[in-house]
Amino acid sequence: MNFLKRHPNLTIGLAGTILFALLGLISLVWTPYPIAQIDIARRFLGPDAAHWLGTDNLGRDMASLVMSGTLTSFVVAALAVTIGAGIGVPLGLAAAAWGGPVEWLVLRFSDFLFAFPAIIVAILVTALFGPGAINAVLAIGLFNIPVFARVARGGALSIAVLDFVAAGRLPGLGPASIAYRHLLPNIMSLIIVQGTIQLSLGILAEAGLSYVGLGTQPPATSLGLMLRDAQSMFLIHPWLTLVPGLCIVLIVIGLNIAGDGLRDAIDPRLRQVNANVVA
Amino acid sequence: MGRILTGAALALAVAGALSGAALAQQPTEVRIGVALEPPILDPTAGAAEAIDIVVYQNIFEGLTAIDENGAVQPGLASSWTISDDSLTYTFKLHEGVTFHDGTAFDADDVKFTFERILAADSVNAHKELYTDIAEVSVVDPFTVSFTLSKPVGLFLFNLGRGDAVIVAPESAGNNATTPIGTGPFAFVQWDKGNRVLLERYEPYWGELPALTKASYRFIGDTAAMTSALLAGDIDGTNNFAPDSLAVFEGNPQFKVLVGTTEGETILGTNNRKPPFDNLKVRQAMAHAIDRQAIIDGATYGYGTPIGAPFAPHNAYYTDLTGTYPYDPDAAKALLAEAGYPDGFNATLKLPPLGYARLSGQIIASQFAAVGIKLELINVEFAQWLQDVYTNHDFDLTIISHVEPFDIGNYANPDYYFGYDNPDFQALIKTLNETVDDAKRKELAIEAQTILAKDAVNGYLFELAQTGVWNAKLAGMWQNSPIEGLVLRGIYWVE
Amino acid sequence: MILFALRRFLGFAATLLLAAVVIFYLLDLLPGDPARFTLGVTATPEAVANLRAQMGLDAPAHERLLSWLGGMLRGDFGMSYTQRAPVAGLLWERLAVTLPLTVMAMIISMVIGLPLGIVSARARGKAPDTAIMVLAQLGVAVPNFWFGMMLTLVFAVGLRWLPPGGFTPWDEDPWLSLRGLILPSLALALPQASILARVMRTALVDVQGQDFIRTARAKGLTMGEAVWRHGVRNALLPVLTILGLQFAFLIAGTIIVENVFYLPGLGRLVFTAISERDLILVRGAIVVLIVAVTATMFVVDLTYGLVDPRLRGRSTP
Repeated sequence: MNFLKRHPNLTIGLAGTILFALLGLISLVWTPYPIAQIDIARRFLGPDAAHWLGTDNLGRDMASLVMSGTLTSFVVAALAVTIGAGIGVPLGLAAAAWGGPVEWLVLRFSDFLFAFPAIIVAILVTALFGPGAINAVLAIGLFNIPVFARVARGGALSIAVLDFVAAGRLPGLGPASIAYRHLLPNIMSLIIVQGTIQLSLGILAEAGLSYVGLGTQPPATSLGLMLRDAQSMFLIHPWLTLVPGLCIVLIVIGLNIAGDGLRDAIDPRLRQVNANVVA
Repeated sequence: MGRILTGAALALAVAGALSGAALAQQPTEVRIGVALEPPILDPTAGAAEAIDIVVYQNIFEGLTAIDENGAVQPGLASSWTISDDSLTYTFKLHEGVTFHDGTAFDADDVKFTFERILAADSVNAHKELYTDIAEVSVVDPFTVSFTLSKPVGLFLFNLGRGDAVIVAPESAGNNATTPIGTGPFAFVQWDKGNRVLLERYEPYWGELPALTKASYRFIGDTAAMTSALLAGDIDGTNNFAPDSLAVFEGNPQFKVLVGTTEGETILGTNNRKPPFDNLKVRQAMAHAIDRQAIIDGATYGYGTPIGAPFAPHNAYYTDLTGTYPYDPDAAKALLAEAGYPDGFNATLKLPPLGYARLSGQIIASQFAAVGIKLELINVEFAQWLQDVYTNHDFDLTIISHVEPFDIGNYANPDYYFGYDNPDFQALIKTLNETVDDAKRKELAIEAQTILAKDAVNGYLFELAQTGVWNAKLAGMWQNSPIEGLVLRGIYWVE
Repeated sequence: MILFALRRFLGFAATLLLAAVVIFYLLDLLPGDPARFTLGVTATPEAVANLRAQMGLDAPAHERLLSWLGGMLRGDFGMSYTQRAPVAGLLWERLAVTLPLTVMAMIISMVIGLPLGIVSARARGKAPDTAIMVLAQLGVAVPNFWFGMMLTLVFAVGLRWLPPGGFTPWDEDPWLSLRGLILPSLALALPQASILARVMRTALVDVQGQDFIRTARAKGLTMGEAVWRHGVRNALLPVLTILGLQFAFLIAGTIIVENVFYLPGLGRLVFTAISERDLILVRGAIVVLIVAVTATMFVVDLTYGLVDPRLRGRSTP
């Protein structure tokens, strides 16, 4: 508890993120209305007691859609970051620690993956297997791998030339141990910042993919799909874009604040800097 | 002093230029937004409606021309005679017609055009419409006669289609990228992904149109199209997404033109496959469909309900929407009779068209109410063509059949929905070979009735054409009896 | 340094070749037929077969691969299936939009993002820092197609200062062309500027804690001087990485913004070409994108070597 008090950013960000995550999770067991239930006669209703956030162009309950859409957006982005960091960070570290052919291979592999930007991968995956949320995960995840690999390697290289790593080499530590004991902890802050950027980018990328019709498909929904569906009606029914748009903005900000807070909380060197600044 | 004089002269010149601009007659340029860019500009080598939108009756002309009401009018042929057995058509051609590259038009071009359509290596998308032409012969440079192997009821209409526009042997090979025709507008430039520019062809043989320049802008996104219209970046569009039409209704700077198209939207049903080979199941599905909800939800009320695959504005139309009215209880009863008391599961493959995706969601919800659980599968158009159209690998789909008078598809047992009814096939054969109008109407009504009763597909609605135009523009076609956007009648009014 | 560059270049070429081969075979797996797409639902199988032969689709895959690769070495990217025009020309027209758009967006994002990041790091924990970081959070969080639409509604529909979209070719009126790219590049630059500000700030704050800064401070420099003289240069590594990533992201990632502003860019070309199964055009476009992205990475690597000579020896091929 004290820990949280000492890190107000982390607390606010986490609270916001968890709130939305919970909202999404609840949609697994309960939503006010089934999201596939279409009732044309009841479309474009404003918020009232029966529909807290009103209804959309097909008469579906907006509150239910937001809950379900939040879950999809979260899951897509989180899975994509897991894929990206899980594969990218070890690759980047290996490149920095071993150098030579290992580094060459990692760089080529990452160039190779990187040469296929997310949107292109998404277009290809969709053309091959049809559109859907899984493809969005795959496309954004693949795009994340070289991002994490590059950042991990870049960060590790700037650390590797520093004295304390060289000092670590003296007792005869191998590249693997150096990577794990010295490089990984020291680039953690970079990875976390990148992770939060990629997580928020993932939510936005899902929205972008949905915008061009490559993301989540009806009758399932995501915040991006809701925003897309309502965008052409913005001038007539602005409310329909404001609700999912605002949710995306709030989630992304919540995630980023939580990431920043987390970074301050776990990076010992930065705390030291803090102390210096205060002194 | 010199400097002052120069200044005064400059001021006068500027004032002159300004008043000149103010006094200039009506603008003579139009900028039109269209959602889809054509892949090529040769209407005789591709089926995309986007091609005809740009070129039909603008750059290219046929022997006959279809007018706004779908009637056949003279085109490059000024008149024609038909033999008593309906097998020989003799056309008198206009003289003094030139192609945009300056070459003269004569009967040899007509002969070339149809030989190209009928050649073994032809890539014409509608070759089958012209295969009954046995011979095209040049009588003299401005007379040409067609001999048919059997009577074709729609022959003159078919000659007026984009697929049969007259091309010249000198330029036909390059028409895909630099189209050269005989129309009132000549092709200027195509900036791929962006726009096509046309300008008036001054030596045009007929009456010169009011417009001197026209450009087509390709704007796929509805929100972007809305902004482009509101910001005055384009002067209009022939077909605007109905969900945003409300922005322009009641805005005095714009006019909304609601007209008809030839697009019958259907719930395409694979009649080869159980349970859809069972008439009771198809009847149950017909009873489960609430047409009005679909029309309201997917077209914002701009569609017209249909009970058979036939256009409501056609003279041969008969209203069959009451054949299987919306009645979920009747649907459940029929399903039980057919042996599916708890309904069944099926897939619904949807092409990337706004009305199809929306209708699909609504139908899935309506079918769920009677126990039929649909899985929605969104596919790209290329994949739709392969899966549904070519390989018949589907349960249900939603598509609009946009060809004029395309009821004959139901007489083709190999067509994607697989309707095989010998009686119906015989009926269509008789219809195609009948030339007498009253008799044709009688047969067409009989055909519609059979298809409605057999519930071959779910018949949903006739697509509307919803154009949005600058209020000062006039002369646009309100209806779309054939694929195209004819510029010749468009003009600016004050 | 020359040897370093040469080795890097070999890696660059290897990546390209591999990617080209993978792309070729991957796209051959796609369901759908460009000939059927062109001719539509009513065309006879015979007409479709004729068109397939005209498109050169009846040859076996490896023959098509070899002639395609050989052609590209000579600058011949083949003929587009559905547009029946040379692919190279089609791509060149699109690059004339996408490249300037990307460069403008990069410049805008750097001009806004980097100074804000430095200011923020210098004022760490104080009001300007908080204000900048809140703005950066918002900038990252707004979906760019939505932001683009807002820009259009305000500056094109409302104020009528700039066109709502479309593109005037450069040879017609360069000023109009440039005007048409202002709103789209702003829409692209907003999230990138926000990210740059955050990364710059993080990198600067990171180096502040490191030994050489402390040494510099011990020599009597103030924190600000130490960061400016030593920190910014050291912070450049992560910033360069991000810039490289952003350029690569932007060059292909402009498709959404191209849609919002109906620009004839490369992204939209890939999108429509794949839906029409114009595979040779898709392949050519992806190769061009891969060249752009790997070339960017190549340049970033070289710059690494320039910024920090100690790295030259180690990133061996």
